[in-house]
Amino acid sequence: MKYLIGIILSCVIFSCAPDKPVGDTKESEANKSAVEAITDPTKGIGAIKNVTMNTPLDQDRIKRGVDVYNMKCQACHTLDEKRVVGPGWKDITKRRKPEWIMNMILNVDVMLEQDEEAQKLLELCLMRMPNQNLSIGDARDILEYMRQNDGEK
Amino acid sequence: MKTHTIHRVLSVLVVLTTVVLWQGCKPKAPGSVTTGDAASLAYVPPGKYDEFYNVVSGGFNGQMSIYGLPSGRLFRIIPVFSQFPENGWGYSEETKPMLNTSHGFVPWDDLHHISLSVTKGEHDGRWAFGNANNTPRVARIDMKTFKTVEILELPNSGGNHSSPFITENSEYIVAGTRFSVPVGENTDVPISTFKENFKGYISFISIDPSHGEMKIAFQLKTPGISFDLARAGKGPSHGWFFFSTYNTEQAYTLLEVNASQKDKDFIMAVNWKKAEEYIKAGKGTKSKAKYAHNVWDESTHTGVSTIMDEVLQLDPAELKDIIYFIPCPKSPHGCDTDPTGEYIVGSGKLAALIPVFSFTKIQAAIANKDFEGEFAGIPVIKYEAALHGEVKKPGLGPLHTEFDNKGNAYTSFFVSSEIVKWNVKTLEILDRVPTYYSIGHLSVPGGPTTKPHGKYVVAYNKITKDRYLPTGPELTQSAQLYDISGDKMKLILDFPTTGEPHYAESIPAEMIMPNSVKIYKIEDNNHPYVSKGEGMTKVERKGKEVHVSMTAIRSHLTPDNIEGVKLGDEVFFHVTNLEQDWDVPHGFAVKGANNAEILVMPGETSTLRWKPLSTGIFPFYCTDFCSALHQEMQGYIRVSPAGSNVPLKFSTGKIEDQASGAGQ
Repeated sequence: MKYLIGIILSCVIFSCAPDKPVGDTKESEANKSAVEAITDPTKGIGAIKNVTMNTPLDQDRIKRGVDVYNMKCQACHTLDEKRVVGPGWKDITKRRKPEWIMNMILNVDVMLEQDEEAQKLLELCLMRMPNQNLSIGDARDILEYMRQNDGEK
Repeated sequence: MKTHTIHRVLSVLVVLTTVVLWQGCKPKAPGSVTTGDAASLAYVPPGKYDEFYNVVSGGFNGQMSIYGLPSGRLFRIIPVFSQFPENGWGYSEETKPMLNTSHGFVPWDDLHHISLSVTKGEHDGRWAFGNANNTPRVARIDMKTFKTVEILELPNSGGNHSSPFITENSEYIVAGTRFSVPVGENTDVPISTFKENFKGYISFISIDPSHGEMKIAFQLKTPGISFDLARAGKGPSHGWFFFSTYNTEQAYTLLEVNASQKDKDFIMAVNWKKAEEYIKAGKGTKSKAKYAHNVWDESTHTGVSTIMDEVLQLDPAELKDIIYFIPCPKSPHGCDTDPTGEYIVGSGKLAALIPVFSFTKIQAAIANKDFEGEFAGIPVIKYEAALHGEVKKPGLGPLHTEFDNKGNAYTSFFVSSEIVKWNVKTLEILDRVPTYYSIGHLSVPGGPTTKPHGKYVVAYNKITKDRYLPTGPELTQSAQLYDISGDKMKLILDFPTTGEPHYAESIPAEMIMPNSVKIYKIEDNNHPYVSKGEGMTKVERKGKEVHVSMTAIRSHLTPDNIEGVKLGDEVFFHVTNLEQDWDVPHGFAVKGANNAEILVMPGETSTLRWKPLSTGIFPFYCTDFCSALHQEMQGYIRVSPAGSNVPLKFSTGKIEDQASGAGQ
């Protein structure tokens, strides 16, 4: 009986887990390179295809980014590495492509459905990141603020 | 043996008879009155949208409800005149002013009729209006947010039943009193002085064409009778308004008998364009009157109540050409103008026929002074001179009439419990269907407009008796949906309703759906205690008031530890929902609050007042399931004795050293 419950439970858990691509690794690798020629999966999914980043950092952007952060992000994200509701932001610009970050902010529902990295975060935090209704400009300001937070000048 | 057989035969007979009798009394089962494809006609598959928004009055629940047609699914109850603990309407500090009146805070009313705003006689999908029958008021609901955004009280009214019917371009909604009452400085008079002291008043409430704000433009001082229902003219009759009246006997007791003496009461025709001319010419008199005007400010998420002190009035007994009476058989209830604006249908509750009046004939009768006399100084047009014709033997107890887009009328019959379809021009009866049971209002999508959408008629029934699983002495009311696209009306759905629906309107979904607001932008929130981010949260003491500026976001409240409140303090929790995503409200409730919860929409700030009555630790939490960690969305507030020196402090996520050492 116990085994049965175990089996049922694991089935349930399985069916709740997000869909993962099927097939053996080699095939996936081959597919991956073919797809990569068209889109870069590390950039995430959404309207942001290419972000130009300049140095030195744009101080006006950072100022606006701080305001948006305080109002819409700070409740869940710290500026250090500590995870509260969502992951801390320290070194995020070193872990993720700028396009991925902006797509995650602007297109979070699709990202959580389709992007493998975003899905890993959901499994970790168990909390769907809310769509905070940011404009592309807001998201770019946030990115600039993240760069500063990660030590860029 | 013999007696045994006889007994057996007898008992079988008794059982058989009982079964037969019982079945004879039983109403027809739904299967016997619906046709085979009924289910598919009313079926909206999971995930699909309804074709119409059905805006339904809640009657004695004082609210409006939003259903979908043809599915009959209930989507939402919009609190209007009654407190609604479910979302804090009338309990939160921001919404309390919306229920303010000249009598103070009134937490309940009886909402009977709906009017949707129109432009050129057609639905424009901007606002819905509703009336308060008990403490006379009208309310405006914004169809973008489905929220009550304005409530205007009506002075000199005893019960606002003949309301809130609307003119062709939403210039005015009207409010006619059901009870005549004494007005002026001294209203402490014997009831028996009715004829001398009691007056009826009709208010014309102007609607600002751009933002919808209501204002009493003028009141007409009318004789002391009862106003029941009304409809504006349209097309050729635009500029006129028609009101049904009863108790022209001017009885003040046992109206059931004493207001049913006369063979005919009146339809009152009002030339409101003429009234406007008199107002322009300075013929109006300002009269003292105390009434509340409550307006919701979407930027501060707060209602503001202002007490007004005068109204402009016109006296039609002196200004002769504003009002005319038309005799109408036996206590008319419904008074409905057809889509062309030419025909006015009066439905005498006790009449065995339906008179249909012609606007052209009314105009000719006025021009020719074809009057049979005067009533309280107002000319009474001869019945025959105004009459287009009568629908003969339509049924018993006609109440209301709606129209389709093919020249047909649909009249509800309370006593004979049916809907009768007839042709407006020929007055010929075309079809009749039973309702289960005792229909009151009925509603065709767009039925009161110049361009009915047709397709369905909904019956709003007063009695359900054996239609549903019984729930003790108090039963649900019901609605029934009929397909009217063919020659014959077909019953396709039967569904229970919330409250006691009176009138309802329906509007195509595509006129409302694209405009529906999803969130309030946090950037635009100008509430004095808004926290635009957790960095702005705080707890402040102002004398005996403690103001908590709190934020809610999945899945924590900030601050969630509060200390330094003392017995005798009043605590105000100003909760800002930081979410900017659709369908993510947060709720807030605190243990022991002599109050309700509040539901805070994304980007909104709402305030719950709490006066603790004892010391100790009081938990609070989010009441609207918001995320996987919703259950964790909770906190504590500490209340200390009045004289204590516990300092005011607040935090979230701060772990302090255990001073006592317990648990270390």
